[in-house]
Amino acid sequence: MTASGTFGYGLEFADFVDLNKLGGFIVKGTTLNAREGNPYPRSAETPMGMLNAVGLQNKGVDYFAQNIYPLLKDMDTNVLVNVSGACIEDYVACAEKVAALDKIPAIELNISCPNVKQGGMAFGVQPASAAEVVSAVRKVYPKTLIVKLSPNVTDITEIARAVEGAGADSVSLINTLLGMAIDAERRRPLLSTITGGMSGPAVKPIALRMVWQVSKAVKIPVVGIGGITTGSDAIEFLLAGASAIEVGTANFMNPAVTGEIVDYIQDYLVRHNMSSVHELIGALQV
Amino acid sequence: MKKYLVDLTVKSVVRLNETCVLLSMTDDKPLPDSRPGQFAELRVDATPNVMLRRPISIHSFDKDANIIEFLVQVVGDGTRWLASLKEGDKINVLLPLGNGFTLPGEAGKRMLLVGGGVGSAPLYGLARELKQRNVDFAILIGARSAKDLYRRSEFEALGRVEYTTEDGSLGQKGYVTNHSLLSEKFDYIYTCGPKPMMMAVARYARENSIPCEASLENKMACGLGACLCCVENTTEGHKCVCTDGPVFSIDELKW
Repeated sequence: MTASGTFGYGLEFADFVDLNKLGGFIVKGTTLNAREGNPYPRSAETPMGMLNAVGLQNKGVDYFAQNIYPLLKDMDTNVLVNVSGACIEDYVACAEKVAALDKIPAIELNISCPNVKQGGMAFGVQPASAAEVVSAVRKVYPKTLIVKLSPNVTDITEIARAVEGAGADSVSLINTLLGMAIDAERRRPLLSTITGGMSGPAVKPIALRMVWQVSKAVKIPVVGIGGITTGSDAIEFLLAGASAIEVGTANFMNPAVTGEIVDYIQDYLVRHNMSSVHELIGALQV
Repeated sequence: MKKYLVDLTVKSVVRLNETCVLLSMTDDKPLPDSRPGQFAELRVDATPNVMLRRPISIHSFDKDANIIEFLVQVVGDGTRWLASLKEGDKINVLLPLGNGFTLPGEAGKRMLLVGGGVGSAPLYGLARELKQRNVDFAILIGARSAKDLYRRSEFEALGRVEYTTEDGSLGQKGYVTNHSLLSEKFDYIYTCGPKPMMMAVARYARENSIPCEASLENKMACGLGACLCCVENTTEGHKCVCTDGPVFSIDELKW
């Protein structure tokens, strides 16, 4: 699949990738109401990675349902919507509206958003607040509920267990790592928000470690995300315990990368005499 | 316009001064079509500090010769790598990106092209197109010094070109907005260059009620409208410079 916020609505990449060849793609962070996002500059390149502070710019769930969904609904792949919010009521209302869209089989709940009613601390950094938002959404969302976990925590397995207990069908990880970049000559931050989310190949070892830990801690399937840039990277996440993977920042480096990763996985299975990718999941030999 | 991801072959890299090169590329197959003002994202295989493609405006596209050219100014590791390419090297290019300049629909208009330093790059392709369409135009290019004025003979071969330099080494001393050319009558202005210069040109255009388009170069990642990093705060909210621009009417800009 493709990671939220890195593949637009999929159509932006149609010249480079046969979208039907993908397991699915995850539409960018969608909120109840339209959001303008953060001021420019919102990105900074870092060694083998980048920081972003887009701030969930999107036109809101109603716009998506009316204008984008009709373009995507007949695709022969899974179109998922990443649902974000600033308070539990917004998450619930947004998830309900997406639930009404027949051809969207699942949502990915972004719990890394700051809770504006509770001092701005992200829902996903404490087991109780993470479980609270997942329980609330679970009540209104009957289809597959994937919860995207923040890596900016002391023990990600604790959060994973909490959201599993609250009814999540799956967890995806990792969201971006909180980071910062400075222009030394101008003595100023490179992002308008000073800090931002780090992604790209540089975060892969951390993501791989967290996927390994979480897949041991929960019974629900784990979706691996974090710096996946090559087919080999994807295989590594499956071996660490992921049942599926998402490709994010690599789409900015090579817009055709997802198709190439699918081809690599198929070739890998042939080379290793495997009949299904399921044989790779958690198959790390230690 | 359909976008392509192609491996192009470097035909030549000509050094224009200590920081700028003219990068010419070709391919065995016909190059993807492009319009003046569009840009490309060039894949850089340099150091770990360079992960993203480098967006560079198309300087010229010659369909018959099957050559596409870029002016590359060295500002960091990525552009330094691009400037060090040699004839025969291959480079992965994503193009054409963005919307180009609006070309005049009716005859009889007089256009003014205002460039600043390496920002004059896309105005060359535009001037070629205008000449081909028999549109009347004049070009005004400003820079710090004469050595920072690129491709002078090529521009001059297309029509009237005036210069300003901050040190007075060529043309009129000062900024483009002080040049006597601006006392003449124009119906439309295109500008590309440093933001302060474009803002001054936009101010002149507004004061004289002349429609004006500016080409922006906000920092970007994907070039495809997916990452939402390169946004400009317009009268209609945040718009992507890569897909909604890079050329904007100044009426849309909050300058």
